[in-house]
Order: sequence, then structure tokens, then C-alpha cells
Amino acid sequence: MKKQILLFPLLLVALIFTGCSDDDPPTPVNEEEVITTMTVTLTPSGGGTTVTLNFEDLDGDGPNAPVVSVSGNLTAGTTYSGVVKVENKTETPAENITEEVLEEADEHQFFFTPAGGLNVSTTYSDQDGDGNPLGVEFALSANAASSGTLTVTLRHEPTKPNTGISDAGGETDIEATFNVTVE
Amino acid sequence: MQHLVLGLLLMLSSVGFTQNCNLTLSGRVIDMHDNSELLGATIAIIGTDIAVQTGLDGHYTINALCPNISYDLKVMHPSCDSQTFSIRLSKNTNKDFKLEHHLEELNEIIVDGTLYDLTSNTSLENKVSNETLERYQTGSLGDALKTISGITTLNKGNAIVKPMINGLHSSRIVVINNGVRMMDQEWGADHAPNIDINSIERLKVIKNASALQYSGDAIGGIIISESQKVPLMDSLYGQTALTSQSNGRGGMLSTRLTKTSTNGWFGTVQGTFKRFGDFEAADYVLSNTGVLTHNTSLRFGLNQFQKGFEVYYSYHKNKIGILRASHLHTASDQVRALSSDKPLVIRDFTYDINAPYQEVGHHLFRIKGFKKFDNFDKLNVQYDFQQNNRLEYDIRRGDDKNKAALDLKLDTHSVLIDFESSKPEGLEFKSGLLARYQTNFPNPNTGVRRLIPNYDKYDFGLYWIGNYEVSNRWTLEGGIRYDFSKMEVFKYYRTSFWESRNYDVLYSDLVVSDLGTQVGISADLTFSNLSATLGTKYKWDNYNLFFNYAMASRAPNPAELFSEGLHHAVARIELGDLGFESEIGHKFSLTFQRKGGGFGFTINPYINAVSNFILIEPTSVLETIRGNFQVWEYRQTQAQLIGLDVDAQVKLNEYFITNHQLALVKGVDKTRDLPLISMPPVQLNNEISYENSAFHKLKMSLKSDHVFAQNEFPDTNFEVYIPQTETTETVDMSTPPEAYHLLHFNSSMEFKLNKKTHLTVGLGVTNILNTSYRNYLNLQRFYADDLGRNFLLNLKLNY
Repeated sequence: MKKQILLFPLLLVALIFTGCSDDDPPTPVNEEEVITTMTVTLTPSGGGTTVTLNFEDLDGDGPNAPVVSVSGNLTAGTTYSGVVKVENKTETPAENITEEVLEEADEHQFFFTPAGGLNVSTTYSDQDGDGNPLGVEFALSANAASSGTLTVTLRHEPTKPNTGISDAGGETDIEATFNVTVE
Repeated sequence: MQHLVLGLLLMLSSVGFTQNCNLTLSGRVIDMHDNSELLGATIAIIGTDIAVQTGLDGHYTINALCPNISYDLKVMHPSCDSQTFSIRLSKNTNKDFKLEHHLEELNEIIVDGTLYDLTSNTSLENKVSNETLERYQTGSLGDALKTISGITTLNKGNAIVKPMINGLHSSRIVVINNGVRMMDQEWGADHAPNIDINSIERLKVIKNASALQYSGDAIGGIIISESQKVPLMDSLYGQTALTSQSNGRGGMLSTRLTKTSTNGWFGTVQGTFKRFGDFEAADYVLSNTGVLTHNTSLRFGLNQFQKGFEVYYSYHKNKIGILRASHLHTASDQVRALSSDKPLVIRDFTYDINAPYQEVGHHLFRIKGFKKFDNFDKLNVQYDFQQNNRLEYDIRRGDDKNKAALDLKLDTHSVLIDFESSKPEGLEFKSGLLARYQTNFPNPNTGVRRLIPNYDKYDFGLYWIGNYEVSNRWTLEGGIRYDFSKMEVFKYYRTSFWESRNYDVLYSDLVVSDLGTQVGISADLTFSNLSATLGTKYKWDNYNLFFNYAMASRAPNPAELFSEGLHHAVARIELGDLGFESEIGHKFSLTFQRKGGGFGFTINPYINAVSNFILIEPTSVLETIRGNFQVWEYRQTQAQLIGLDVDAQVKLNEYFITNHQLALVKGVDKTRDLPLISMPPVQLNNEISYENSAFHKLKMSLKSDHVFAQNEFPDTNFEVYIPQTETTETVDMSTPPEAYHLLHFNSSMEFKLNKKTHLTVGLGVTNILNTSYRNYLNLQRFYADDLGRNFLLNLKLNY
């Protein structure tokens, strides 16, 4: 009797320790939602040099700092038509997240905030299904020679409509700051 | 019932052989206060294996006793003080035993002596009374445990409630559910134990690691939920409870039915359904805090004194909404949330639970059997299986919208073999071994990098515990345990992180695949842990003095080892360390207790010194494309917790009793001479109750909870530049909230509907004054107030 009782658990232990090993390594996961790259293309309306603002953070919330580049200066008195593109470059080919933003336009909004003395102003050129601004397309007027920063913010589930970023609420998906000069 | 199991032959040979042992002792066990019969009381003859239980009518019978021998009888009942009586028979005798029912839940030693239950003799076992369990039926395990001094909870909102013992929580606390150690991703500060409070029949806490038969790593303590022993009689009984509550506009329905028989077969089914919509603070709706819970459990088996077996299965499923306003991303979002005195999102009340929410299912299966040999030795064998599936839904974009952001499946198989021996000479011991296999599967389909990697874990443990009664007054206890665990891990690290931590040099041999931005590593981590306990108990008159030393060793948990990314729940980046070693805690506790009479108290000072204590602290601010995040890193240090728990009870007269509790703890990181984070503030609870057992067992109580402000905390604030406003703001994530005071009322009455059926009606109000307050140990405190006033109506039918 005693022996049988002892044998049963030993058998179980043996089963547990031998039966359950599979050696296929798990598949890697590529972050599907991460945004690594934002590119703002500013095309002067009367023709001229296109200015590109690029903000890239390939390791997402990993330790590497983002890389920021601005292709050139803006020209005073010029109006630029702007387009924002956001991508996930951890996937190959890179996933265009702008498409998702456009699909869920009512749940997203870009904000453009000049600061530090930068004399530019922006207006929205596009709208979501409810007629509220979205900001994938916008117009930027480089008013007078100056320099400072331009911060582009993408908020998820903001309050719409709003009077600007200060009462928009929602959560920040992207917050990219560029050093910009108007000459 | 008239049932008896006798180990008589052996006893005969030890006490003599000339007599004709055919005498019968019978009678009743009754409550000293109201002369009601006590069901399920055990009468055991000390030093033998003879033990019987009382049936529904409180009757017992012990047959085949010998004349002219002095028997020491121990009479025990779960909710009474055990009593020892000496008896010498010359003819068949009828004798009633009176036991004193616990007045309230002034912490009692439930099991005095170890005839059935060798848990810990030299540490105070703190029992939660059934009345308290019933009072918190709509809440959670942690809410009921909180009624014990020194136990607080770490919350995320009011539905995710983690018990905290003397300042420690999560992996430092072991939860035993029906003999099974819960394996449910307990490392997470927002992962609550998966137990339905309504399935718990007996609940107790040991505030140290001395219960070595369960585990060796309970640096904080151990919580034990057990089933009630079933009487050996033909009976069918049950309980159905319905509670509705105003806050959350919901309620709970729970029912339990038990069938027992004289031959030892028994079965119990239990089920609970609980549903709440958004809860409310004093001034606003806490949007998206609804709860939906189901629980089913089934238990059956054969329970005889020589042998028995039991099968237990339970399934618990919980869907809990996370306050919408607590979901944020960056440091600048934090600034906005912290500077607002109201949650940033307040919507109309709803029962809907939207993202973010958690959905956790937990299966628990256990089969156990025991067999006694020679009447003094007992062999227990147990196999258990658990499956925990944790899904966390986040606010997501595009195709991922309805996909869980975290999907972990944890399977655990354990085998336990224990051998108990309780020879009459006073030495009792228990020893055993454990083998466990666990596998964690993080589903890659979430589209989010795995928070916890794939791993297989093997545990092996061996223990011996024993206690020796030096005299009637003095007991010694000791134990030792060894645990070995091996973790086979496969994890993808971000290459940038792998290199920044210098892992590419330290652990280059672990790399098995290089995908450019990620490296796949395969690692075998092993931990060898030793734990031990030594204690003594001395009792005289109405006093008990306990002293216990417990050493516990805990292997680092998966979060501490492998974290390397954004933890959405707290909007910060958390980094673990592959090189961590086991934590080792040394806890000394002294308990001085006075019981009975008009005045009782328990004073319990303790010191817990933990080497290699793993804590998490902010180290830097990281800039990402999403904005700035604070980086928190785990670190090992020398920690020390000193504290004091005091309970007192004063019986003013026949009707009025007052209860008082004080708990304080001070935690220090000795290496850096800093306070430990998230230490419970000082708490003072006072309660006055009125009880009139002659008038429908009327009970009324008024309770005052005062929680002081925590003034010892590490400063983890940081500054962040907000480009949109061109300002630099301080993100204050460390200053504790102010002190607060809450008043609660509770009452109940009992109505006998017929001989076997009675109805209990309870009415309660919590936070009577609708006070707005925030609790330091609630992760939601940054964004919203705690719960406002709540009315509870409770109907319970016993049949």
C-alpha cells in the first residue's frame, strides 16, 4: 500500500520533468503600433526649396536617443504647404502609420506649436469626418526672420473640437521638437 | 453522526491490556455564551489518533474507551478557543463541553496544538472571521484581510487589491488557496490574487515565513485560504447571499451547497456572480472602473480518519476596468493629469467596461489523498494544476484596437508529498518534498514586445518542521527548507538595450540569434535557496508570549530580471537586471497577547532585515519620439523594516465592545539611507459595537479609520521641459496624499424562518461622511479620489 502511494507521485514527477520540452525558439515580435519616424515635408507654395523636418527613434522606448534633422531654413514671407508622415520602421517594409491616423481621423489630431520666438503660424488644411481639424495636411506661414522651435504633437483621443493643445486632452502619441530658423 | 474512528489497538498496547475497553463518552459541545450547539467541533484524545466531530445538533460520541485511565481531551472549534479537559471514566458517561466563542476577531491562535494542522505554533496566526468575510462579499480578498492590523493593500483603483503584510507585497507574499500555492503573475503591482472572496471558508495570515511547509520565500508573510472541515453525518446544507450596493450600482450573488454523509463522502458546489458599473468618488464618476466576476468551485471527496481524498476545482474570471483618466503616455501627459484636481476624463455612469481593462482567468485543480499509519503517522500526497491567463487591453490604434496588449498564459503543475508524525511524547514533525514545473507563454500575436519572456521553470523543495512541547506551557518549534529552481528563458532583447547594459560583453554566450534590432538569448538561471525558522511560545494564565525568527529566501521574479521597456500602467520605462541574486529576509517577531476577560490585547513588534532587497527607483529621463519618460531601474540593496502592530479589545458590558488597532512600519534602504517607497502610513482604527444576542442577534458597529500622512518617502520627482508651453515642470510622483479619516457603519439581524433555515439581513454604510480622500498605496491616487459613500444591503439565507 505504502509503495503504491509513493509510486504514483513519483510517476507524475517523472512525467512532468520529461514530457514538456519543445525547443523551437519563440518567434520575435515586432512592435505593431510603435511610431519610429515622423517626417514633415514643407513645400513652398510659389515654388522653391522643399524643407524636410525628420524625427526618428528606431529603438522606440529603448535607450537610444532620437535623431532629429532639419534640411534647411524657411524663407520669410513664404507660405508652405505641409504634410506629416508617420511610420513604423521596425517593420520591413516600413509601415505607414499615417494611413491608420487618417482612418481614425476623429480620434486623432496633430498640433503645431511654435515657441522660443519662432515667428510662424499654422492653419489646418484637412478635416475629419465631423468637420474638425486633423493636421496631416496643414499650411505654415513663415512670417518674419526669426528662430526657435516648432513642436509637432500627435494626440490620441483628444477632445474634439478644441481651441488648441491646451484644452485638447487625450494622450500623446508623438511629441517631436525641431529647431527651425526663418531667414 | 455517531461516527468513530479508532486507533485503538495501538493505544491499548501502550496503556495496558487488562481492561475491557467498551465505555462510551457522549454529549454535546455548546457555546458558552448562548448555549447554542456547535457544529463541526472536534474532540480529540491527546496522544492518540482518536478524534470525532460533532454533528448539526452539537452531539458527539466516543466509543470503546477504557475504564480508569485518565484521558486528556482537546475540544476544538474553528471559531472558538480550544480547551483541554481531563476525564477518567468508570461507566458510560454523558458530558457537555462548553467553548467560548470568539468575541470578535481579536487575533486568536486558532490551532492550539497540532493534531490536525501544523502551520506555525510560534507565530501568531491572524484569522479573519466569517463575519468579516461576509461583510466584504462585494469586495476582494485584500479588503477582508485589511481588517487585520499590519495588513494594508496596494491598490489600483478599488477592484485591483493586493494584500500587503507589514509593508511588503507581490512576490514577497505567498497565497495558499485550498492547499495550492497560487501562481498568477503575482509580480505585478496591478495584478491581484485570483481568488473569489465568497469561495473562502477560512482565512488566516501568518506575518512571516515560518510556515515552511508551504514555501520558503514568503519574506512578507503568507495568506492561507482553506475549506471548512465537513461533518461526518448525513446532511445537506447551504447558504445563498445576495448583496447590492449603491456605489457601482451593482451587486453580488453567491451560493454554496454542501452534501455530507456518515461514511465520509462529501461534496460542495459554490458559485459567485458579481457585477458593477463605474464606481464613484465623493464628487464624480470614476469612469471605466466597472467589474465583472464569475467564480465556480467544486469539491468532493472521502474523509475518514484513516484515509481520505479530495478533489477541488475552481475557475475564477475577473474583468476589471482601469480608470480611463489614469491611462496616459508621456511625462507631459503626467503634468497635465497631476495639475488637475479632477480626473481628465469624467463620463456618465455606465456598466460598459472599455479599454483599458484586464481580463484574467484562473483554473485551479487539486487532488489530494492521505493515509494514516500506526495512528500517529500520516502521509499526504497532492497534485495540482493551475492555468492563469492574463489579458490586458490597452487603448490602441488601427487593426490592433481589439487585441490584447498583454497576453500571458502561465501553466503550473505541482506534486507535494508530506509526511506527518505526532507521537504522544510531545514531538511532532512534518516533512515533505515538492516538485513543480511551470511554463510561461506570452502570446506574440499581441503585436507588442513581450513584457515577460517565454520560460520553463523547474522547482524542487525539501523541508522539515517540528515542534516540541516542553511542558503544557512551553512549546519550541523549528524548521528548515531547501529550494532549488531553474529557469530556462528565451527572450528577445532590444539590441540598443542589450548593448547599453554591457550585456553584449557580460552575457555574449547567451545570444542565439541576432535580428539586427533585437537579439534572441537563451539563458538558464538557477537559484538555490535556504530558509529556516526557530521559535518558542510560552503561555500562562491569560497570557501568551511568542517569539519567532524566520529566514526566507526569494529568487528574483521575472519582472525584476527581464523588464526592459515601457510599463503602460504607470507611464514609465522599467529596467530589470539579468544578474540579480536571491533576496534573503531575516524577520524577528515578538508577540505578547492577553486573551479573555473584559480586556484583551496583542502587541506585536517586529524587525525584518532583507539583504539583496530588490527595489525600483527612478534613474533618468529618456527622450523618445513619444515624448519624455522617466526611467526606473531595479536595484538590490540592504533593506530594513521595523514595525509594530497593536490590537486591543475592551468589553464594556454585556452589550458593548470596543476594538482598537494601531499599525506602524518604517522601511529604510540601509545602503543609501533612504526611506523605502510605498510603505504604509501609520493607521489607527477604532470600533464600537453593540451586540444583543437575545434580540435577533442584533449587531451594530461604528468604525473609524484614521490614516496618517506618510511623511517618509523617497523623493522621486523629476523635471521635464514642456515645449508647447515653454515651461519646465516638476512631475511630482512621490509626495504622499494628506491624512484622512473615514467612518463606517455596519449592522445585521438574524431571523429564524424555520428549524433549519435562518435569514440574516445586513445593512452597512462605508465612508458615511462622503469624504474625498486619496490613499498613498493606491496607484490611481495621482488621477482621482478614492471611493465615496456607499450603502450596502445584504441578505443571507442559511439552510
